[in-house]
Amino acid sequence: MSESKVYVDTNLMNSILDEKLPRRDILKALLLQGIGSLVISFPLAKVTAQIAFRDPTAGPPPADEIDSWVAIHSDNTATVYLGFAELGQGALTALLQVAAEELDLEISQIKAIAPDTHLTPNQGGTFSSSAMRRGAPQVQRAAAEAREVLLRLAADYLYIPKETLQVNGGVITGKAEDNAFTTYGEIIGDRLFQESFTGTAPLKAPIDYKVVMKPIPRTDTYAKVSGKHCYIQHERLPGMLHARLVRPRGQGAYHTGVKVISVDTSSIEHLAATVIQKGSLLAVVAEREWDAVRGAAQLKVSWDRPDALPIDNQALFDSMRNASAKITKAQEKGDISTALNEAAHLIDFSGSGPYQAHAPFAPNCALASVTDKEILAICSTQDVYNTRTLLSRVLKVSPEIVRVKFSEGAGTYGHSCWDDAALAAALLSREVGRPIRLQYMRWDEHGWDYYGPAHLGQVSLGTDSDGKISAYEYVGRQHHWSLIETTEQSALNTEATEWPPFPAMQVNPLVLGGMYDIPNLQLINEHIDGRDFLRAGWLRSPLDLSFCFISEQAIDMAALANQQDPVAFRRQNISNSHWLKVLDAVTEAAKWQGSSSPEPLPEPTAAQTTSAEHQWKSGRGVGLGTHLASWGAAVADIAVNLLTGEVRILHLYGCIDCGRVINPANVENQIVGQLVQAASRMLCEEVSFNSEGVTSLDWGSYPVLRLKDSPKVTAVIINQPEAEPLGAGEEAMAATAAAIANAFAAATGKRMSHYPFTRRRVLSVLQDQA
Amino acid sequence: MAAADNLLTFGLNGKIVSTSAEVQCPLLYVLTDELKLQGPRYGCGLGQCGSCSVLVDGVEKRACLTPVGAISGHEVTTLEGLADFWNSQQSETSNSELSPIQAAVAEVQGLQCGYCYNGIMIKATELLLSSPKPSEAQIKQALNGHLCRCGTYPKIIAAVQLASEKIATARPLETTLTSLGGNHE
Repeated sequence: MSESKVYVDTNLMNSILDEKLPRRDILKALLLQGIGSLVISFPLAKVTAQIAFRDPTAGPPPADEIDSWVAIHSDNTATVYLGFAELGQGALTALLQVAAEELDLEISQIKAIAPDTHLTPNQGGTFSSSAMRRGAPQVQRAAAEAREVLLRLAADYLYIPKETLQVNGGVITGKAEDNAFTTYGEIIGDRLFQESFTGTAPLKAPIDYKVVMKPIPRTDTYAKVSGKHCYIQHERLPGMLHARLVRPRGQGAYHTGVKVISVDTSSIEHLAATVIQKGSLLAVVAEREWDAVRGAAQLKVSWDRPDALPIDNQALFDSMRNASAKITKAQEKGDISTALNEAAHLIDFSGSGPYQAHAPFAPNCALASVTDKEILAICSTQDVYNTRTLLSRVLKVSPEIVRVKFSEGAGTYGHSCWDDAALAAALLSREVGRPIRLQYMRWDEHGWDYYGPAHLGQVSLGTDSDGKISAYEYVGRQHHWSLIETTEQSALNTEATEWPPFPAMQVNPLVLGGMYDIPNLQLINEHIDGRDFLRAGWLRSPLDLSFCFISEQAIDMAALANQQDPVAFRRQNISNSHWLKVLDAVTEAAKWQGSSSPEPLPEPTAAQTTSAEHQWKSGRGVGLGTHLASWGAAVADIAVNLLTGEVRILHLYGCIDCGRVINPANVENQIVGQLVQAASRMLCEEVSFNSEGVTSLDWGSYPVLRLKDSPKVTAVIINQPEAEPLGAGEEAMAATAAAIANAFAAATGKRMSHYPFTRRRVLSVLQDQA
Repeated sequence: MAAADNLLTFGLNGKIVSTSAEVQCPLLYVLTDELKLQGPRYGCGLGQCGSCSVLVDGVEKRACLTPVGAISGHEVTTLEGLADFWNSQQSETSNSELSPIQAAVAEVQGLQCGYCYNGIMIKATELLLSSPKPSEAQIKQALNGHLCRCGTYPKIIAAVQLASEKIATARPLETTLTSLGGNHE
């Protein structure tokens, strides 16, 4: 079993190889040079790859034909058709690496077509960290199959046995004495394969990889640093109008929808702008963008805004507790009640997590052109085929005449308003008879998001006198995701409904006790009706932050009750080798020696005259967690100001085991991003509202972590070359949340039962439990 | 080029441009809607996030809050013109295709969606011109008004430090443009 363990410390700019494990050349560049000064060079082929030559037709193209996946051009370059979207996570580069590897092409010889229902296969949506787990194997097999056909054709062409042929950069050669060669481009350039994709072509052994498992620079970097990258915000359609929605500032309860009472169109008569209304879908369109922007801001509208929400976050959790619930037993093992009764140490802990927003850095944008014959919609969807289904259903047209194209916006981390925007743009285009470019304003995106749902959790945990966890029960309460987009509610008054049950909306057995060997375990899911609350959708590592925030604190409390170190206690309760490895790797990187933080205390704040030691208390915590695959662990060093309640995160260590690492630089970036984003979610982020609607509508009312407060970070990657690739986009988030919570307790001796750790909340906990 | 009476005129990336936009129209919409630039971009329209940042006479400004009338007669630099602007500020002749901060961001390979990096690179340029060797505290202070939702802050700090190093050693840029790709149609 070959295995490499890479520690990449982006703060110290150094890297360590675990000497006990065999070295792999492919990782040497990363290891020796460190990520900060990493310059990877590779042979440069001229980038002349052409776009695909296949005509766009209503998809999905048949998955069992090679032509649906790969095209070879006469200049010896290739195009792959990707069903997965580049959402800022580097999926594009990683999938190109997989294709280039099996085709024996340089990465510079290969391009991708972004998701498009008229061109790319239906690989399912780009969510649940699936681009590598689900997407990579398909692309890999398709590329291998294409290579197999190309070699067969080359063998016939060169009169050389196929078995002796070799490929390098698309150049096919035989043995030296054969003195003959051809190229992919010569063999098939710009013609279709017209062959079946059987999935039976042999795959390369990981030991032979030249492109995969290397930190290849992302293919979109140059365009992004030079201003040449076309984000969706830059896309234009000929003859289009600019549009802005007009909605109440901040959503109310999901079931109340959007209801216009009256519109005073004379209020914007002075502008070169037009009001469009379909039901309660209201927008202002204009030739010039500024006219649409100020028209939407100035239009006088009277809304029906019922007081249907709890008055604030505290009332929210009371409402959730009091709501009737559908209760299901998600998992049951052994005899939980006897085991809890007989436990030597019993821990009861409950907590909650708030609604949190995706808050993409750029509000969503969508373009649409609707005629009787065809509909084109461009948006930043995670799933073009699902968006096509939505448009076809709401516009009541056949899916074949709908073409949905993905275009990259800012990172979105889940279900933000892309479908809502595409649907609104299409409905407006149909009303106006011209193409529409609809850009959401900041308050549209913050106020009408499909938030990560609020959660209430309660854990009861028992250990025996030897420090073994003997009983574990978790009761989790939340609502499901919202099925109907706000645009549809507004335009058609469609009744609000929720998604049917799905794992990411319920108690997650992988993180709720799932890491530990527990003979008696029970997980209870309490589903409440989400129509009375805010709109909800999947937000990076759905619900897991709340789960691990609560559950992993109880684990720490159990360690304390057993007078054990939190890491030692976890280790003795884990037998799963993946969980042990991530725990060992992250604590090794952090040089774990207990719950005191080695980081220097922050300077005393200017307003305070006491010394740093009197103001700041620091502590260190550990946490485990994941989402639906892979394994994550984290260590956090934090400091708490006892006088002001301010919490500073000093250093975060995060580790992911995601099977085979396609691109270590990508995974490292994903871990760094998760550490910082999890810190933001634990310290800053909370959707606020009153009974009428959401009041957190911008970066002032919905603060996120700023650069000055950004912690030092250390990313630790475990590469398993022989294993299938899993996800790395969200699997360190929950562990980080847990580690921060446990570090808080290590610093102060007090437990936080709710996040974010705002100053007011921290001071209240420090005083209450004093 | 003589501008008509009702046109506003300003410098943009070394050229003179004019617009018929009203004086109170935010510069951002003139740059993106009328002049089709891709560097400055809409993020919040409230001056909170920094995605629309441009340099006006070398000083970072939020284009979403700057009325176009206020920049009449001034010189605006966007991400598209950042390398030329940097070169023009150097005492020795320089014609690098990327300014040091752009090359450093590419080399650090830390951006994710990259949407915020327009403002990051604009603001870092302003910083590096006045303080070629900024301390970490200075970097954090200067860039604190620029949000990054992907959480790449540690990479941003590393990129500014690397840019500073490049300026100090004036070593040739190691980043080969073709190696950074552009493999997406």
